[in-house]
Amino acid sequence: MEIWQIVGLALVVAVIGVVLKQVRREIALQLTIVTGAIIFMLILGKIKIIVDLLQNLADQANISSYYLMIVLKIVGVAYLAEFGADICRDADEKALATKIEIAAKVGVLVLAIPIIVAILESLMRLVP
Amino acid sequence: MDFYMVMKIAGIGLLVGILVMVLDQAGRKDIGQLTVLAGVVVVLYIVVQAVADLFSLVQSVFQIY
Repeated sequence: MEIWQIVGLALVVAVIGVVLKQVRREIALQLTIVTGAIIFMLILGKIKIIVDLLQNLADQANISSYYLMIVLKIVGVAYLAEFGADICRDADEKALATKIEIAAKVGVLVLAIPIIVAILESLMRLVP
Repeated sequence: MDFYMVMKIAGIGLLVGILVMVLDQAGRKDIGQLTVLAGVVVVLYIVVQAVADLFSLVQSVFQIY
């Protein structure tokens, strides 16, 4: 998917959204959700290429793909949380958006535990 | 899963809006409210499918299981 197609889609949806917001606000919000989902699905194809490249590089550098997986998972969690929080903020549900962000932070921290433990262990080995 | 879906939702939204306006003018506010409800449910059905597609795609790309 090329960039001009995405920009065109977003512009058309913005114009339709302005009209729809005066008539039916709830359906305008759902239109925004679907557009966000479509745009990210279009991007995901390219993200997959980058992920495959990273995995190839990690394999060549003999880095355990376990840690790469953790980083990828964190990126995925962060994106999904951002998606949900932005939509909640659009719907004037700021409290819900903040809760989603807190949940994402906790989730990322839990996912990062193995990396933190590994760093601490190597530090302990360096400092007798 | 493309521009067609956006057009579908925009069409449903405009249709429901116009229908509610006409029904309100004709003094049928109760049926207008039901129309709004039906429109929201139909659109929500499409939206939920799209979001579920997105989530499963994100799960497979970022390998979140």
